[in-house]
Amino acid sequence: MNNNAPRKNRLDALWGFFTSVRLTVVVLLLLAATSVVGTLIPQNASPQAYIQAYGEFAYRLLHVFNIFDMYYSWWFRSLIAILAVNITVCTIHRWPSIWRIVASGKLRTASLEKRRPLTEFSDRHDPRELREGYRACIRRKFPRARLLQEGKGFRVVAERGRWTRLGVPAVHLSIVVILAGALIGSFFGFDGFVNIPEGGSVSQIRLRNSDATLPLGFEVRCDDFDVSFYKSGSPKEFRSSLVILENGRKVLEKDIIVNDPLRYRGINFFQSSYGPMPPKKITLTFTSRDSGRTVRHQVAMGRSVALPEGGGRFTVGEYRRDYRFRGVQVGAAVLGVLERPGQAPAEIALPLRFPTFDRMRKGDWILSVAGLEEAYYTGLQVTRDPGVPVVYAGFVLLILGCWVAFFMSHQKIVVDVRPSAHSSRVKIFGTANRNRLGFENKVRKLGAELSRLSPETQQGESK
Amino acid sequence: MNSSWILSVTTFIYGLAALLYLAAWVFHREGLNRPATWVVGLGVAGNTAGFALRWVESYRMGIGRIPLSNLYESLVFFSLMIAVIYLVVEHKYRQPTIGAFALPLATLSLAYASLAPNVSDRIQPLLPALKSNWLTVHVITCFIGYAAFAIAFGLGAMYLLKRDDNGTGTAALLSAIPPRRVLDELGHQMVLFGFLFLSAGILSGAVWANSAWGRYWGWDPKETWSLITWFVYATLLHARLMRGWRGKRIAVFSMVGFAAVMVTYFGVNYLPGLHSYGAG
Ligand code: HEM
Repeated sequence: MNNNAPRKNRLDALWGFFTSVRLTVVVLLLLAATSVVGTLIPQNASPQAYIQAYGEFAYRLLHVFNIFDMYYSWWFRSLIAILAVNITVCTIHRWPSIWRIVASGKLRTASLEKRRPLTEFSDRHDPRELREGYRACIRRKFPRARLLQEGKGFRVVAERGRWTRLGVPAVHLSIVVILAGALIGSFFGFDGFVNIPEGGSVSQIRLRNSDATLPLGFEVRCDDFDVSFYKSGSPKEFRSSLVILENGRKVLEKDIIVNDPLRYRGINFFQSSYGPMPPKKITLTFTSRDSGRTVRHQVAMGRSVALPEGGGRFTVGEYRRDYRFRGVQVGAAVLGVLERPGQAPAEIALPLRFPTFDRMRKGDWILSVAGLEEAYYTGLQVTRDPGVPVVYAGFVLLILGCWVAFFMSHQKIVVDVRPSAHSSRVKIFGTANRNRLGFENKVRKLGAELSRLSPETQQGESK
Repeated sequence: MNSSWILSVTTFIYGLAALLYLAAWVFHREGLNRPATWVVGLGVAGNTAGFALRWVESYRMGIGRIPLSNLYESLVFFSLMIAVIYLVVEHKYRQPTIGAFALPLATLSLAYASLAPNVSDRIQPLLPALKSNWLTVHVITCFIGYAAFAIAFGLGAMYLLKRDDNGTGTAALLSAIPPRRVLDELGHQMVLFGFLFLSAGILSGAVWANSAWGRYWGWDPKETWSLITWFVYATLLHARLMRGWRGKRIAVFSMVGFAAVMVTYFGVNYLPGLHSYGAG
């Protein structure tokens, strides 16, 4: 009659599939096992490296299954998605029964007294004399306590830590929150880098893994870069002085070091690398071979300068970090072209370490480089990830949830006191939803404390 | 007298405690358990002194940093945590036989730090990426977690040895091992404790990575292995709670989990790719 029925059955089956903890166990183990693969096979190396290591055929095969970028592959992401659905469905499924316990106004202890008491003892006082002392003592440990009169005896029914049942759903929710944060990051964030020479500025960056550029919408200038070293020679600190400019106006200034980035408009600039830049200006000296007179000149790279006394012109060409002169390493050198009246232009090299190198040429003026401003570029990692606050909220929830789920429990006790000949018989029943050993010890301690509470000392205290 | 010397001596103190616990167990000399506990206390004092002195030494060298940033220092801290957690367990549960399984682990860890030729005890300055309070939190929480898992591993081994509460044959030996119910419950408490701290360790590591590189997760082998370890223990918790697994299966599971911890800690250095423990 109703052709909705089979569909509903199938939905139920699907729901049932996702509420099962067996699925959780299988998916968690699959995630663990496949993650191992990704640590054994290096990720995102070049195809040549893979072919060399595994051969052409294996390379093709592994490539088809995205093994070389497996954490971002469709199948790994599907496993994570299944886990997320599993957690969500499971939590929704169990929520009503959890909430019923947490929010209910009643103390539910009916089933407790069917078990064996955790501890029992006799007291020579009458239940009526014990009542107030017991109630006060129990209430100190279990704030939700109620006294029930039963004939000549009484019972104290008490409970604590109902809310701790929220620990497990909090843990599960936290994982969904973290995954949601990661998703937000992957849709609305980016990960890129940029190199800025000292004194230079940029307004766009390059994205990682795609080679595309991205305009920032503002300008970043690097005023200064500094690297300091320990005595051992290993780097101590990288520091870039960055300035943010909006329409040419300075709006923010900050020195960044590793672990202390600059943040502006949701975009973070991390110190990540550095490198040398060709110098901008050099200082040249011209020394007369005859008189020994020396003239200094500062000149920008690529520019020309006139030699004294009409000796010609020198045009600064490029700066080389490792220059080889006739097969011999001479280190850093400035190359340039020398033009003298009546002679063909000649390319000459001026190694920094050897100021008298140019003597060899036997010209009228000996050229050398007296100094140059070595500049660096700073390498910045530039990221934007609006998901981070969400992810961090998930982190906090995960830790709090685990704490509550592991080390706190929902505990209930019933202290049953009945009259017997000229004394009272006391039995304590109780249960906790976890760490029963610890709870039982605690109940025994409570029993010992109650048995020491005699009404005489009570009266003494209350005076 | 420097910190390395104190820590070498501490290795032997832990070793002595382990021997005393073993002798108490194997030769039924329960009287040895008390001195054994005092020796552990002495070891903890030595271990702490070595740790603190190393901190002071780093200041004297003008480096000034908490000693938690290379393999040697992490091993020192690891052994300290194993011994401290063991003392707490003994104080609470009064089962000194566990010491015969826990103290050898503390001894091994410190012996590896002091004796292995590839573990340098030089105090080196920190690379820029390692200068972070989050790194300190990260290392402390991770190693508290690892230490709890190490003791859970010992308890798992005891459970498997015990097999049967009233077995025959080596029964006399086995009778000194706590009842299975206690081993199971205590092992579980250790796994819970370890899981909480492993989680805190992974998360603080992520926060650190985000503050240094702008990325809280990068799937590098060490990160990935810590996640694998976390998956293994999460599976254990669910198998126990929901599928009712107890006893032997859980004992084996928690030993497998500890193997994953060991890979995360040491094995990763042998895997391809670079990792940032110290290498930034
Ligand atoms: C990475 C994924 C997960 C983690 C880290 C996780 C974590 C936890 C933790 C820490 C506990 C408490 C265990 C204890 O107290 O011993 C727990 C319990 C539980 N989990 Fe998960 N869980 C995950 C996924 C799932 C999924 C997908 C399901 C859905 C079937 C699920 C269902 C449960 C249930 C039913 C409990 C027991 C609640 C109770 O009655 O106390 N978990 N989980």
